[in-house]
Amino acid sequence: MTRHRGRGIASINYPIGMNLGGDPSQALVHSNPSGKFTVALSSIDLGQGMKSVTRQICAETLGVPVEDVYVDTADSDTGPHCMGSFASRGTHRVGNAVMMAAREARGVMMEAAAEELEVNAADLETDGRGNIHVKGAPHRSISTKDVAIAAQFKQGKTISGRGIFLVPLSDVDPETGEMSPATCYAHACLVAEVEVDDETGEVAMVRMDSAYELGRALNPRLVEQQLVGGAWMGISHALYETPEPYYPDPSHGPRDFVEYLMPGPGDICPHDIAVLERPAADGPFGAKGPGEMCANPVLPAVANAIFNAVGVRIDELPITPEKVLRAIKAQGGARPQARR
Amino acid sequence: MAKTALQFRHNGRDVAIFVDGGTNLLVALRELIGDMTPKFGCGQGGCGACSVLIDGELHLSCLTLAETVAGRSVETLDGIKDGPSLHPLQRAFADNFAAQCGYCTPGILMAAKALLDRNPQPSRAEVVEAISGNICRCTGYEPIINAVLAAASVGRARA
Repeated sequence: MTRHRGRGIASINYPIGMNLGGDPSQALVHSNPSGKFTVALSSIDLGQGMKSVTRQICAETLGVPVEDVYVDTADSDTGPHCMGSFASRGTHRVGNAVMMAAREARGVMMEAAAEELEVNAADLETDGRGNIHVKGAPHRSISTKDVAIAAQFKQGKTISGRGIFLVPLSDVDPETGEMSPATCYAHACLVAEVEVDDETGEVAMVRMDSAYELGRALNPRLVEQQLVGGAWMGISHALYETPEPYYPDPSHGPRDFVEYLMPGPGDICPHDIAVLERPAADGPFGAKGPGEMCANPVLPAVANAIFNAVGVRIDELPITPEKVLRAIKAQGGARPQARR
Repeated sequence: MAKTALQFRHNGRDVAIFVDGGTNLLVALRELIGDMTPKFGCGQGGCGACSVLIDGELHLSCLTLAETVAGRSVETLDGIKDGPSLHPLQRAFADNFAAQCGYCTPGILMAAKALLDRNPQPSRAEVVEAISGNICRCTGYEPIINAVLAAASVGRARA
C-alpha cells in the first residue's frame, strides 16, 4: 500500500447572474421620521450576507452611518420583486437596485435639507455621520433626523426612492450565434494537493491555494467566509456527496444524513486564499459576486490532482474510493505522474 | 395513552410538564417548554442540531426519551448567556464569522461548551473531534474550529 501525493490546478470564469428572459431585481428605500432608513427587498439572505451588504451599499449611497439603515427583506408580499438569491447575483443585481433607490432618496433628502437651510441643494454634502452641511461651511449644518422630521411634518415630502436593476434578455444573434448572457465575470484559480491511497482508493485533501478575482470586496470578512465555506462544498461535490451513487438505480441511494456523505471537520485542509479586486464597471461600488463560484474550481482541481497522484482520470462525480480503485486496477496499478 | 408527570431542571429553573410516553426530549423542550434553541435537523442522531447538555454531558435530544431526564439538569443554548452578555463561545462565534444560516449553530455551541467545560485548553484535533457529530453546510468548519480555539484562549486569559 502506498499513499501518493498529487497536485492539480483549475481556472474558472464565472458569469454573475443569469439571463433566462431578463434578470431584474427591485429595491425601495424610505426614511422614517427618526431619520433612519428602511430598505425594502424580497431578496433572501440565507446567511451569505445580503442584508449586511445591501445595508452598506444603501448607507454609503445615502451618505449616512450604516447604523442608520435597516434592511427588511425576505417577504415577497411586502418587498418589491427579486428574481432570487442564486447565480451569485445578489450583491450585483440587488446591490445596484439598492444604489438606484438610495440615490433617488438622497436627492429628496438633499432637497428637503436645502429648503431648511435656505440654500441650493447642489451646494450641500453629507458627512457620513448623520449630518448634511453646506460645502466648505460645516457650521451651516442640519442632521438627517431633523431633515426627516421637516420633510414629514413641515414640507409634506416622502424621502424615498425606487430602484430596479435589469439585465435585459440577450437574444442569440442568428448570423453569428453570439449572445451576451452576463455583464461581468468573476475569475478564480485553485491548486489542490491530495493524497491517494492505492489500496483503498481513498482521497485525502492535503491543502488548497486559491486566488479569486471578484470585483471589489464590499465586505472582506463576508467574502472570505463565502470562499472558505464554498471550498468545503467543492470538496464535498468532488469527493463525497451524491443523491444517486448507483444511478439510475435509486434503491441504494442515501436517504438521510446518516447515509448522505459529506466531509466532516476532520476532512478539511489548510486553504490559503488571495482575493484580487478589479472593480466591475457596472457593479455596485465595483462589486461582482463571490457566491457559487467559490465551490467550482475545487472539483476540476481535485480531479487533476488525483490524475497527477495515481494516473487515473475520473470524469464522473463524486470521485469515490470505489471509482478510484476500479480505475487503478484497470490500468494495472498506480502510475504517479510527474510532480509539478 | 396516559400522560406522565415529569420534573427536571431546565437551564437552572425547575420545570414540570406532562408528556406522552415516547415523547423525545427535543419535542418536550420545543413544544412543551417553548425553548426553540435546540433544532430539529434529522430526528435520528445524524446531524447534531438538537444537542443539549444533560447533567453536563452532551446528548442528542432527538434520541433521548423525555422521561429519562426526570430529576436531572438539562442545559440548552438558551441558558448559556449570562444575562444580556453573550457567553465567550457565542462572542467568539460572532467574531470569527462561524455562522452563516445558523441552523447548526446552537448544537455546535453546546458541543463546544461540553468540550471546554471538561477540557478548557483543547488542541485543534480535540476541537475537531468534539464537533465531528455536527453537520454544517455553510461554513466549511474552519471558522467554527477557529472560534472554539479563540474562546478557549479567552478562557485561559481570564483564568
